[in-house]
Amino acid sequence: MTAFVALDGVSHAYAGVNSALAVDGLSISVESGEFAAVVGPSGCGKSTLMKLATGLQFPRAGTVTVAGEKVTAPVKIAGMAFQAPTLLPWRTTIENLLLPLEIVQPYRGEMRRRRAEFTDRAERLLASVGLEGQGSKYPWELSGGMQQRTSLCRALIHEPQLLMLDEPFGALDAFTREELWCVIRDLQAARKITVVLVTHDLREAVFLADRVFVMSSRPGRVVVEKRIELPRPRDLEITFTQAFQDIVHELRSHIVKARQ
Amino acid sequence: MNRVETLIKLSPWLFTIGLFVVWEAAVHIFQIPVFFLPPPSAIAQAFVDYSGPIARNSWITLQTTLIGFGLAVGFGLLLGLLVGWSRAIYAGLYPLMIGFNAIPKVALVPILVLWFGIGFVPAVLTAFLISFFPIVVNVATGLATIEPELEDVLKALGASKLDIMRKVGIPRTLPYFFGSLKVAITLAFVGSVISESVASNYGIGNLMLQAQAQFQVPLIFAGLIVLAVEGIAMYAVMAMLERRMTRWAQRSGFAQA
Repeated sequence: MTAFVALDGVSHAYAGVNSALAVDGLSISVESGEFAAVVGPSGCGKSTLMKLATGLQFPRAGTVTVAGEKVTAPVKIAGMAFQAPTLLPWRTTIENLLLPLEIVQPYRGEMRRRRAEFTDRAERLLASVGLEGQGSKYPWELSGGMQQRTSLCRALIHEPQLLMLDEPFGALDAFTREELWCVIRDLQAARKITVVLVTHDLREAVFLADRVFVMSSRPGRVVVEKRIELPRPRDLEITFTQAFQDIVHELRSHIVKARQ
Repeated sequence: MNRVETLIKLSPWLFTIGLFVVWEAAVHIFQIPVFFLPPPSAIAQAFVDYSGPIARNSWITLQTTLIGFGLAVGFGLLLGLLVGWSRAIYAGLYPLMIGFNAIPKVALVPILVLWFGIGFVPAVLTAFLISFFPIVVNVATGLATIEPELEDVLKALGASKLDIMRKVGIPRTLPYFFGSLKVAITLAFVGSVISESVASNYGIGNLMLQAQAQFQVPLIFAGLIVLAVEGIAMYAVMAMLERRMTRWAQRSGFAQA
């Protein structure tokens, strides 16, 4: 398998004269179709990693490669979702989903002609995350969990090859969060897209990921890389097994060390 | 509609009528002379006696104000978008605009008269100059407060700056823009009346100045009432526009109150 997303010896600091490095000597490589999770203490540069891998920021040193090409501009093949759903309150749920199609080529040019078809696709995507028939509602008429599902759909509507998730379930209650784990698990299994998930939640990382990367505290770099050998498809029940708990505990001890 | 809601609907009228009743009573009880503070009844009489000039001049003032306000909306919107577009332009223009806004507009009227003569044009321009600032600031603020995450989502799709402006910047700025119109329209009245009273032969400002010269105090107050009524009416129009255009932003209980 070849690396789909690769950061090699990357260092980065944000603009400003005396700014400290956010990440230093960060190397990470995610294979095509793989589900990777990045965990670490807060402020370890996880979000910086997201921005570097999508071409929203460019490293001071080192190289970032996505889909075999060095990243020199925003990558255009990525879908992103964040902790806040960031939906547009003046658009209905369906219209929010259509937003990426109004921007990404080739859909952009075909928007006028194929609008009905795209709307249909958006409806189906909504149905696949359990939001059937909610398309004409406005985001503020939806619950937090439903908004976050919509946000995930928006990240997927243009069928990106890469899905970047920055703590997308962080603001949700425990039950909704676990429901959405299953949603994202099924979406990834069905579409075989490459996913990079940044999270604080170790159970989430272990449940979803093929590989978990543990980052050190600032300036961030990868200190441990752990392949999760649990069989797929995984059920929520697996989170209560001894094998699962052992992996979580092991990762936890790495993070405790990383914080020191 | 229950009783509380009926009361809330009626209360603006009750308070206004109450104010005039107290005023009328106070003038009679304390025997205040008409040339000092005329009672509402004397002001009403002035409206009857001078209905022609009042109607003509209030129409002129309204026109002047609306044209100046229209210019301010167009120019303010453009400048606001420009300032919100780029941080360099923002940094460059902002101190200049604040300095300009700090200048009392009445001090500009003599210059405008020098350039355009007395009358209609300086009044329109004063209304324009005094009312465009809040529009610029609000539009620029709306653009400057786009959520960075949302910008990232769009940039990662390859959106250009113009795309982000069209899809997100401008729609999310509309509540700020329509909010600023309520402030701007009242300021525009201030501007046109200042200029009319300093350098014009028409308008409510001029009417009040002449009334003062002839010691017709009830007529001065009639002018004030006209301005207040026009101001309230235009404010109401702007508030209605705001509600119509940005329904999505008016969800809180405060907005409906």
